[in-house]
Amino acid sequence: MASQQFCTFLLDGHLFGVPVSAVQEVIRFQSMTPVPLAPPPVEGLINLRGQIVPALDLRRRLSLGKRPEGELPVNVVVRTPDGAVSLLVDEIGDVIEVGDSTFEFPPETLRGAVRSMILGVHKLEGKLLHLLDTEKICQVQDVSALPAAG
Amino acid sequence: MDEIVKDFLIESNENLDRLDQELVKLESEPSSKELLASVFRTIHTIKGSCGFLGFARLEKLAHAGESLLSRLRDGKLALNGEITSGLLAMVDAVRHMLAAIQASEQDGEEDYAPLIEVLARLQDGQAGESRAAAADQSPAVLLPQPTPEAESATPTDLASQPTSATAASKPKRKPRRKKERCDPAKICEVVIESRQARPERVAFAPESQPAEPKVDEVVSPAVAHPEDAPAAQHSQEFHNPYASVETIRVGVTLLDRLMNLVGELVLARNQLLQFCNSTEDAGFQAVSQRMNLIASELQEEVMKTRMQPIGNIWNKFPRTVRDLAHNCGKEVQLVMEGQDTELDRTIIEAIKDPLTHLVRNSMDHGIEEPEARKRAGKNPAGSLTLRAFHEGGQVNLEISDDGAGLNGERIRQKAMERGLISVQQATSMPDRDVFNLIFLPGFSTAERVTNVSGRGVGMDVVKTNVEKIGGTVDIQSTAGLGTTVRVKIPLTLAILPALMVTCGGERFAIPQVSLSELVRLDAEQSGPGIEFVHGVPVYRLRGRLLPLVYLDRELGIRSYSGSEPTRTAAINIVVLQAEDRQFGLIVDEITDTEEIVVKPLSKQLKGISAYSGATIMGDGRVALILDVLGLAQRAKVIAEPREKAYDEDSSEAAAEAVPDEHALLLAENGLEGRVAIPLSMVARLEEFPRTVVEHAGTQEVMQYRGQIVPLVRLSAIIPATSDAEILANAGSIQVVVYSEGKRTVGLIVDRIVDIVAERAAVEVLTPRAGVMGSFVTQRQVTDLLDMPAIVRAALPGLLDAAEPEAGRP
Repeated sequence: MASQQFCTFLLDGHLFGVPVSAVQEVIRFQSMTPVPLAPPPVEGLINLRGQIVPALDLRRRLSLGKRPEGELPVNVVVRTPDGAVSLLVDEIGDVIEVGDSTFEFPPETLRGAVRSMILGVHKLEGKLLHLLDTEKICQVQDVSALPAAG
Repeated sequence: MDEIVKDFLIESNENLDRLDQELVKLESEPSSKELLASVFRTIHTIKGSCGFLGFARLEKLAHAGESLLSRLRDGKLALNGEITSGLLAMVDAVRHMLAAIQASEQDGEEDYAPLIEVLARLQDGQAGESRAAAADQSPAVLLPQPTPEAESATPTDLASQPTSATAASKPKRKPRRKKERCDPAKICEVVIESRQARPERVAFAPESQPAEPKVDEVVSPAVAHPEDAPAAQHSQEFHNPYASVETIRVGVTLLDRLMNLVGELVLARNQLLQFCNSTEDAGFQAVSQRMNLIASELQEEVMKTRMQPIGNIWNKFPRTVRDLAHNCGKEVQLVMEGQDTELDRTIIEAIKDPLTHLVRNSMDHGIEEPEARKRAGKNPAGSLTLRAFHEGGQVNLEISDDGAGLNGERIRQKAMERGLISVQQATSMPDRDVFNLIFLPGFSTAERVTNVSGRGVGMDVVKTNVEKIGGTVDIQSTAGLGTTVRVKIPLTLAILPALMVTCGGERFAIPQVSLSELVRLDAEQSGPGIEFVHGVPVYRLRGRLLPLVYLDRELGIRSYSGSEPTRTAAINIVVLQAEDRQFGLIVDEITDTEEIVVKPLSKQLKGISAYSGATIMGDGRVALILDVLGLAQRAKVIAEPREKAYDEDSSEAAAEAVPDEHALLLAENGLEGRVAIPLSMVARLEEFPRTVVEHAGTQEVMQYRGQIVPLVRLSAIIPATSDAEILANAGSIQVVVYSEGKRTVGLIVDRIVDIVAERAAVEVLTPRAGVMGSFVTQRQVTDLLDMPAIVRAALPGLLDAAEPEAGRP
């Protein structure tokens, strides 16, 4: 595979991307039902045409700063083996096609939990596109190990 | 072909496919009781069904397999590769016979005697010997080596070789000294081979039965083109063509999805209609109108896809009963009532097997032989009644026979023999509990194992299956008069009545099954109403301490710093039942009861014990469903044993719970009088300061939840030796709120005592207005009140005038 298409979005000014094939749809912000006691990245539950889908705040998931007050996130709904999950991002970008030549694995100095979620980066002109591992991103089930929210 | 045979084929083929997988899996985990039980049940079902349908050869084969499995299940034999191979060979043989049935409605001429023999030998145990036997004999009998011609035979050769089956079965003995284990692949060979031998029979079947117009020519190539048949003889041939002809099997998940989408469509339609009202565009309005109609119709139809009348599965029983009666030499009349009762299809599927088991049990163990019946002075023809009816949002199914009834003594003995109960338990156990012992796994009192029932597989499976879908089974029996098994199941799995509450601005659903009652403390009472036992909040509910759990704190919605909050607003306590313990859940507001559609939580949230699922509300928002048990555990309500909240008498009453008992509210009337009100008639229980009583004309009234509610004093209706002084001095009044239609009436009683579950053996001593009769509970004579009559006597015309259609005689 020489080139791949990515759905891109912005988080705290950085450019991130997930494979287009993993994205089910992109919808604007929806009001959601918070889930007390849920692991922190779970922002709430949204009703996606009769399907109940958890929404994960990607900023919190990737340990980025808090989203400024008043800015509404966008839902990027991705398919996972365990059903759809909505990823909350700041702003949706273009679908871009990149080749293998620009790809590089994350530097060794990137450590911690975040490293497992970032597959690598594509060196674009003037910016870096971070590729996310959607499955890893959505694995936040171990509630008991995490402090309760709220 | 008979509908029943078709169903049998479809079902059996599905079962066999699963069986293949399970057997292979079983080989890798031979100790899995669950897998074994499942395999056993499947074979048991096939055997049972073909017994009714008259496929004797198939039944014999399945019986052999079942016997072997039964020994495995009982742990008398350990599974090894040899046994697995034997079982797999049996599965293939069964499949083979099913194919024959499909083609000719006969189970073929082959009786698989060698295979049955091998199965029997395997069953006889002694691993070493059987291994040797398998090496020595089974390859010989069981695995006829293909003759060279047959091996190289082209399909056409086979077809032209009508004796290939016999030719192939010509044994070619293996050298005896080879102590090799029976090779599974070899056993498969024989099957593959007999499949090859199949074509002639399949091909010629239509000739022997030319008058079979129903056999579909297009989908059954073997029948339509006899000369092509051999070529088509591959394993996929055995897939049932009927599945694609008249019905399409659609996964329930797909139906669920459809229902979801339709629900969403309806919401979108509602928005559209609102939008439509604000425009003048006639064209747009016409389109929306059409859309509206289509959406409604679509919704109705999709709902229908899930509902089926119970008659669909009952249709099979007349034949079942007839054949069984014939088999057992009994005369039985089958009566069916309420065939039109509709149920969700998943539930219909789930209760099919349990019902069949129950019917078979009644036939085999319940109803006696005609001679015995005559001797007992009964009609020689027994009767078996199936009844279905809706009651309280549930479906009741009753299977009753007028047979010998259950023998409590024999059940006790058997249960002791099998170590299910101790001698002590056996003597102290009442008959009703003893009857329920037959639902324990491995229990069977049948003296001999018949091929109808008596392997102890029936009743525990019945119970597990019914409980799996949220139902209950209860058995009642009178020696000599008969047995009634009552199965109660919910209407649908997906829809659940729930109480909606709000807490911290969010809505939560509480399943009504765990709900006991609601208590509301007004602002003035909420301060003194809640007390603390070493900092733990409790509430005195009719004299007993009810532990309280604050939902907001439990969920971490709000946190309190330091001391308890001083509450000024009213407090809502939802009294919940978790296991055998009650606790009060404090919520901000109680909104309503609603039927909700339960949806599972996503993986990320599965681990939170406080929720059992989520649902989508009418406005499209998601609400969480609280898991009462999980919540109670979280809050440590049921962590350690605590004194039960009932007193001795009422807990006894609860322990003896039987179906026809009613929950009754007990109250005091005067010093001596005790009255009871069916709890089903009580909307709420309230305690107010005396000052709430106001007057409208001469009528006592109070302001209650934005309404003016007339008050009735019980003492005015049923005169009692009341101590006027006590009453006058009491600071508060206790009110039983009763609603009929839209009207609400408050009944003032002196003191609310308790709630008991009681079998109402009501006697009418002297007819009195407002009293249905008297009975004894907690060692006191208690009057059972007739609420509608009381309200009508006290407030003539009020209820009837307001709601004429709701009036009762």
